[in-house]
Amino acid sequence: MSTASHTTDHGHDHDHDHGPARGLSRWILTTNHKDIGTLYLLFSLAMFFVGGAMALVIRAELFEPGLQVVDPHFFNQMTTLHALVMIFGAVMPAFVGLANWLIPMMVGAPDMALPRMNNWSFWIMPFAFTLLLSTLFMPGGGPAGGWTLYPPLVLQTGSAFPFVILAVHMMGASSIMGAINIIATILNLRAPGMTLMKMPLFVWTWLITAFLLIAVMPVLAGTVTMLLTDKFFGTSFFNAAGGGDPVMFQHIFWFFGHPEVYIMILPAFGVISQIIPTFARKPLFGYASMVYATASIAFLSFIVWAHHMFTVGMPLAGELFFMYATMLIAVPTGVKVFNWVSTMWRGAMTFETPMLFAIAFVILFTIGGFSGLMLAIAPADFQYHDTYFVVAHFHYVLVPGAVFSIMAAAYYWLPKWTGHMYNEKLGKLHFWLSVIGVNVLFFPQHFLGLAGMPRRIPDYALQFTEFNMVSTVGAFLFGFSQLFFLYNVIQTIRGGAKATDQVWEGAEGLEWTLSSPPPYHTFTTAPEIK
Amino acid sequence: MGTREALAVANRRMVRRLLLLTAAMFGFGFALVPLYDVLCEITGLNGKTNGRAVAAVEPMKIDESRTVTVEFVANLNVGAPWEFAPRVTRMQVHPGRFYQTHFLAKNLANQPMTGQAIPSVAPGLAASHFQKIECFCFNRQRFQVGEGKEMPVTFRIDPDLPPDVRTVTLSYTFFRIDDAGG
Repeated sequence: MSTASHTTDHGHDHDHDHGPARGLSRWILTTNHKDIGTLYLLFSLAMFFVGGAMALVIRAELFEPGLQVVDPHFFNQMTTLHALVMIFGAVMPAFVGLANWLIPMMVGAPDMALPRMNNWSFWIMPFAFTLLLSTLFMPGGGPAGGWTLYPPLVLQTGSAFPFVILAVHMMGASSIMGAINIIATILNLRAPGMTLMKMPLFVWTWLITAFLLIAVMPVLAGTVTMLLTDKFFGTSFFNAAGGGDPVMFQHIFWFFGHPEVYIMILPAFGVISQIIPTFARKPLFGYASMVYATASIAFLSFIVWAHHMFTVGMPLAGELFFMYATMLIAVPTGVKVFNWVSTMWRGAMTFETPMLFAIAFVILFTIGGFSGLMLAIAPADFQYHDTYFVVAHFHYVLVPGAVFSIMAAAYYWLPKWTGHMYNEKLGKLHFWLSVIGVNVLFFPQHFLGLAGMPRRIPDYALQFTEFNMVSTVGAFLFGFSQLFFLYNVIQTIRGGAKATDQVWEGAEGLEWTLSSPPPYHTFTTAPEIK
Repeated sequence: MGTREALAVANRRMVRRLLLLTAAMFGFGFALVPLYDVLCEITGLNGKTNGRAVAAVEPMKIDESRTVTVEFVANLNVGAPWEFAPRVTRMQVHPGRFYQTHFLAKNLANQPMTGQAIPSVAPGLAASHFQKIECFCFNRQRFQVGEGKEMPVTFRIDPDLPPDVRTVTLSYTFFRIDDAGG
């Protein structure tokens, strides 16, 4: 444990009172956790708009039945890339950015444990996504077989195929390095007295998420490597002619894919568990149960993967096992939701923008959780499988779930990061437009799915027209209201009312003891933990 | 200064362990492949049926009291220029007795072709009870231009087939394997 007054482990001594370097090289060469956190967050914001633009292409095409805006092949590229960009480019880097900014300040560490690797793991990302997006301009177009990359369909991708695989490898390497860094920071750099069970919940959820990342990202890397060798080197992992089995890809993919779902939501749970106590002015209800619930969800995520593929033909025992195991996840998730509600119960609540997003998260994520339970019922899933009901379900947990938590975190910590208060009026406007937009966008998709509209198809039967029109209107409302967020963030970075150190009346934790904005190097001397 | 070095050592050890875990999980991804094959062989999970003749053909007790319907399905993979069909689409069989049927295939391409048929049985759990002693799927099939063949399958259903299974479907998919045809 570091009690020395020295800063980060750069491998050489230097004056630790210096500020950031000037110009572009500051950002390229930085090993400072705050700079890298900022880079991740800005990258994620950019990707959020890229992926969002793709979603609007999809919704524009689906505004009316028939083919109007784009041709089906381009539509398929949009659905595939929208998912890859949003998952690996927007949601995951946003959480890594939050981890970079907050974990060292929350555990009283001077920086991340491995600052150089931190730089590397960020700077891989722009290259990975340049590569991925460049596939749109290659002969045969970008990947169009869905983000799940199922063979044999994905093997029909044109020249883009090896580039997509390489991009996935690079994203995976970046995530793994980020995860190693976070684990090393949390386990090795906590200030004296910061025991594991005293850590803020955001730190706990990230510790568990980081282990999930290390456990499953290599499996994804392995299985996309198998796709690559099947296509170019004559192996037959998934090729039935050579004794392989395409269904095996689905098993291996979802062995990665289901924990991946929790990689995107556990840090969100952490964020919400920080924000609700602040604005309810009560300590988090059931701290220990929150930690154990997070760990249980992480464990269960490894034994439920086949609920994504109930319809491939499984023995009855398998369907039952995966059905019950999936439903079991509702128990620890329910613990969390009840703890958040209990934290708010009889609290002295105020409703600033971060709290509004947090409350919307609790309600709307729960709706997404319930539709997940419906999908978990194996006999019912045969009706829902690959319909818009599934689309509605996972967008409810990912947009008003994961994305809202990121918005909440941005509003909550932006005054700390920049030293300026954001524009509260604009924040509330952004919130209300978003929460209305997101429901208009995704709620009708439940009905479309139950009525049998299949996903990933650019055309549909006439009877689905009204709900699709409503959904598209909601999509444009939600999409364009994010410009208010962008404007608000930029304005807050550039100036605004001075934020106090504590920022929020009810905020507790080490990061609020620092000045706003915090100095470039913080906790070079470990703080005293009571 | 001592604690700083201790920290560097601790960080290095942590990174080493976590990288080892990463490598192990990468290996685990590949280990899932044989694991899946073994699991499927035991349970018949994916309907894979024997691509080789059953080794020992001991006579089995023929269950005259039970009739099982066997359906035959023929599929062509993308880019396989054949005509391919079963001679009969269904048969009534008694478990334990050997039966023979034929599949017809004809090369429609203007060049010689080599193909391989891959069998699959549905329901998956019946796969391990479906025994073939002779099958065109055991070998690659070579076709001259315009050549048609009548290809035999000799099979029997194991009387241990679970009693609730009344229909077994044997499906073949024909793959072109002489070049990257699929």
